[in-house]
Amino acid sequence: MKRALLAYSSFILLFLYIPLMILALYSFNDSRINAAWKGFTLHWYVDLFQNEAVIDAFWNSLLIALVTTAAATALGTLCALGLHTYKQRTRTMMSGLMYVPILVPDILMGLSMLLVFSQLHWELGKLTLIVAHITFSISFVVILLSARLASMGKKLQEAASDLGATPWQTFRYVTLPALLPGIISASLLTFTLSIDDFVISFFVSGPGSTTLPLYIYSMVKRGITPEINALSTILIGMVVILMILSEKFQTKGTDGRKGQLPF
Amino acid sequence: MRKGRLLALPAVVWLAVFFLLPIGFVFVLSFWERGTYGELIKSFTLQNFGRVFDPLYGRVLWETLKIAILTTVLCLIIGYPFAYTVTMVSKRRQSILLLLVTIPFWINFLVRSYAWIVILRSQGVVNTLLQKLGLIHEPLQLLYNTPAVVLGMVYTLLPFMILPVYVSLEQFDKQRLEAAYDLGATPWQAFWSITLPLTMPGVAAGSILVFVSSIGMFVVSDMMGGSKVSLLGNVIQNQFLGARDWPFGAALSFMLVLLSILLIYLYYKVVRRYSAAKGGEEV
Repeated sequence: MKRALLAYSSFILLFLYIPLMILALYSFNDSRINAAWKGFTLHWYVDLFQNEAVIDAFWNSLLIALVTTAAATALGTLCALGLHTYKQRTRTMMSGLMYVPILVPDILMGLSMLLVFSQLHWELGKLTLIVAHITFSISFVVILLSARLASMGKKLQEAASDLGATPWQTFRYVTLPALLPGIISASLLTFTLSIDDFVISFFVSGPGSTTLPLYIYSMVKRGITPEINALSTILIGMVVILMILSEKFQTKGTDGRKGQLPF
Repeated sequence: MRKGRLLALPAVVWLAVFFLLPIGFVFVLSFWERGTYGELIKSFTLQNFGRVFDPLYGRVLWETLKIAILTTVLCLIIGYPFAYTVTMVSKRRQSILLLLVTIPFWINFLVRSYAWIVILRSQGVVNTLLQKLGLIHEPLQLLYNTPAVVLGMVYTLLPFMILPVYVSLEQFDKQRLEAAYDLGATPWQAFWSITLPLTMPGVAAGSILVFVSSIGMFVVSDMMGGSKVSLLGNVIQNQFLGARDWPFGAALSFMLVLLSILLIYLYYKVVRRYSAAKGGEEV
């Protein structure tokens, strides 16, 4: 029975990964038209790096992701620290509310922000993208860091106060260093979410603010080419590396407990 | 540390302004009217909701529900045994397996659907292979139909099912299983009468995540269904970015939210019922 289940599970993992591997494999295929293997080439990657629209999309994505990460991590960290001082009941309720933006369908979040931006007469562009990305990232940061603060307990802080540390010193030399791996993990996650987002960006982007996923979409609509494979492979590579790094920091210095993301 | 409370304020204000307010505005807008040029006219009309039940959109709604139900059932059938297997291996391997399931989850729907386009399109991997082998002469139409959309949905949403089911399998009291075996239950009996009922909260959570995500999905159906399969998400997207009938789009999105809330309510009923069966423990 166990063997059958293990075999079955390997099959499911293949189902999850083979399409991504084929996608990556064909970014190295020396044929523009079809899937017959014509030999290994880096041609499509070279093309990408000479394509100005791709370079622009890359810089847009990077800029948006960096600003989003800085802002969402700051807002989210402060929020988690603030919530931590609340009474148990209020805290539970507030962290429950933090799940709502994660559970709301992306499409609704995207279109609702499009509505408000247009009512405010904000021109759609990098700024609206950054605002939208910060909005969907904050919850993730708060949830990850709240869990970390909860698992840290209050003993260390109390010990610091007993030894005569001021609240600021306690924060600076005790809480912050203990929280740091969590903050790094949350910022890596935010960066990934931002650089990878398609649905919400689709609604709130304007001319001149195309990001990498949006560019991939417009390429697919024009026709399937190996460049799309190459660009998708780069995006997948970034997400995988960032997620593995984030995972490493998430459990660092704790008893292995993590923030429960609502999957 | 009284002042500490204020630290939460900026994020809470941010979410109120850029999350709650916009969602509230969608609700208000669903009662407004659309002007001749797509401009918004403040009024109070129910006609947008009336249109939702127009046969044309009724069919879209029905197609959306059908695909969502099929996707949820398939994810459950495929995902449950996988989650079960994960709990059987060593702790170290468990975390590796879970990481392997979560990684695709973070890659966006667009790229994951595109991967299937590479495989299934008429000059794609499958058709090229079959033609080389001489099994077919004309490429098969594997994309741009309902089965392709369901495949894409199951592929992208499977992690949503596996992770909550895994959590509930991990948490339930294994002593009950031992008790069942001591009383002479076969593995199948133990599974059907102990494991499955006790992991219902996980099954319900996973099903809701899959279902809610699939009714709001427009990327997979747009990419893999082409113009052939139009779902609620595609119609909503089109009202906002194409047809520019925002009030109607808002009414449609509102139906989407109602449907989701209804399901989450059902979820709590299921969880309550099964936690009551466990002797009133909180889940």
